[in-house]
Amino acid sequence: MAVAYPFPPPPSLYEPSTKLAELREHEPVVELRMPDGKTAWLVTRFEDVRTVLIDPRFSRAAASGPDVPTTGLGDLANDSILGMDPPEHTRLRRLVARAFTARRVEDLRPRVTGMVDDLLGKMQDRPRPVNLVEHFSLPLPVQVICELLGVPPEDRHTFHEWSDRIMGDMHADPAEMRAAFGSIAQYLGRHIAAKRAQPGDDLMSALIAARDQDDRLSEHELVGMCVSILIAGHETTANQINMFLLTLLHYPEEFDRIRKDPQLVPQAVEELMRFVQLGEGSAGMPRVTTEEVELSGVRIPAGSAVVPSIAAANRDPLMHEHPDRLDIVRGELAHLGFGAGVHHCLGAQLARMELQESLRGFLRWMPGIRVVVPDSELRFKPGMLLRSLETLPVTW
Amino acid sequence: MSAGDRWLVEVDGACIASGMCLGIANSYFVRGEDGKTRAVTADVDADEVLLDAVASCPMEAIKVFDQKTGEPIEP
Repeated sequence: MAVAYPFPPPPSLYEPSTKLAELREHEPVVELRMPDGKTAWLVTRFEDVRTVLIDPRFSRAAASGPDVPTTGLGDLANDSILGMDPPEHTRLRRLVARAFTARRVEDLRPRVTGMVDDLLGKMQDRPRPVNLVEHFSLPLPVQVICELLGVPPEDRHTFHEWSDRIMGDMHADPAEMRAAFGSIAQYLGRHIAAKRAQPGDDLMSALIAARDQDDRLSEHELVGMCVSILIAGHETTANQINMFLLTLLHYPEEFDRIRKDPQLVPQAVEELMRFVQLGEGSAGMPRVTTEEVELSGVRIPAGSAVVPSIAAANRDPLMHEHPDRLDIVRGELAHLGFGAGVHHCLGAQLARMELQESLRGFLRWMPGIRVVVPDSELRFKPGMLLRSLETLPVTW
Repeated sequence: MSAGDRWLVEVDGACIASGMCLGIANSYFVRGEDGKTRAVTADVDADEVLLDAVASCPMEAIKVFDQKTGEPIEP
């Protein structure tokens, strides 16, 4: 008997839908009936989710077929690097991987710390409460990704509206989403033309060289890659900054721990990546089995759609003791907050560093930071894939 | 890289178990008991896919050496 999806919404910002825990315990591999009438297998245990993300028998490329339900970005993801398997995926991923390694990200850290100080310093002069979204959590990742890519950060208001629409609910209006994608591709196409004439020391110039000198990607792939990096590089991080702050305020003893010992910040970021659910939905990008696979004793036939639930996996008691407790001193911690396998978040190291520097910035500039409205009054943008706040009024 | 070349593969402590290499070259890598990834066997025939794994690792934790010269193979 297939279970209907989507599930009832999570009871609070700090808990996943209770249906996930129930399924993880009793039916860890279960057939779902999606809103479009299609079916997919939902996988909720840590080990099984990790297998779905890593094992090549679960194909993303095969998931663009008509029988596969669309979750997340749907067709747009299928058309991009997110819809590819090795070796095609590897060819593109190699071109950008070097720009996002731990070592390259460390080189950027002082620059990011400077941006954090600049933004939080300016917030001091504003009348309180200050909207953190407008003055910190969005501009920081936008500046970082624009610099890395080679796009002027002043243009952020132009592309942010398109980006919002692309990250919106796919089922709401696919046409609008496609139009926004077209607009952002056009915008970046103009920048690519300018960079071709006058290359810089940035990722866009490096990708243009890979295209023009070595023919390692097509023009379509070049534009697509830039669009993906620009959008993925700021929406997710901006939301995590907001959600990390809200979560720490919800668990004040944990916030106190890093106030007293800021050296715990990197650990806190890992625990928060495990704990905080990036979006409201429970199902990740679908995969399709290339052969019959057995997970937790359930046989999944070849050609089946499978959706991994990262939110459920990160709260699996078989993996984490007291999984529903935020505990920033858990120590060595495995989580799937950045996914795993070939589609492991390209910007994971960059996001970690930005999140660490953001928390450190709060501790330096405003250790008593607090949100001035209750959670029930927080306004999230409607239909967003991510938990995207319109505003987050803070004082300190 | 030419036929008959032998390489040494190594995954160092920087590994964060992203699973990237397991997805790209799953016959060469395996998850160890500590959760981190290790090479199935250090001693392998030269294979381009290993260089893909080296180049894609977010931690630059995978090293491949020429067995004869001991020199690292650049991706």
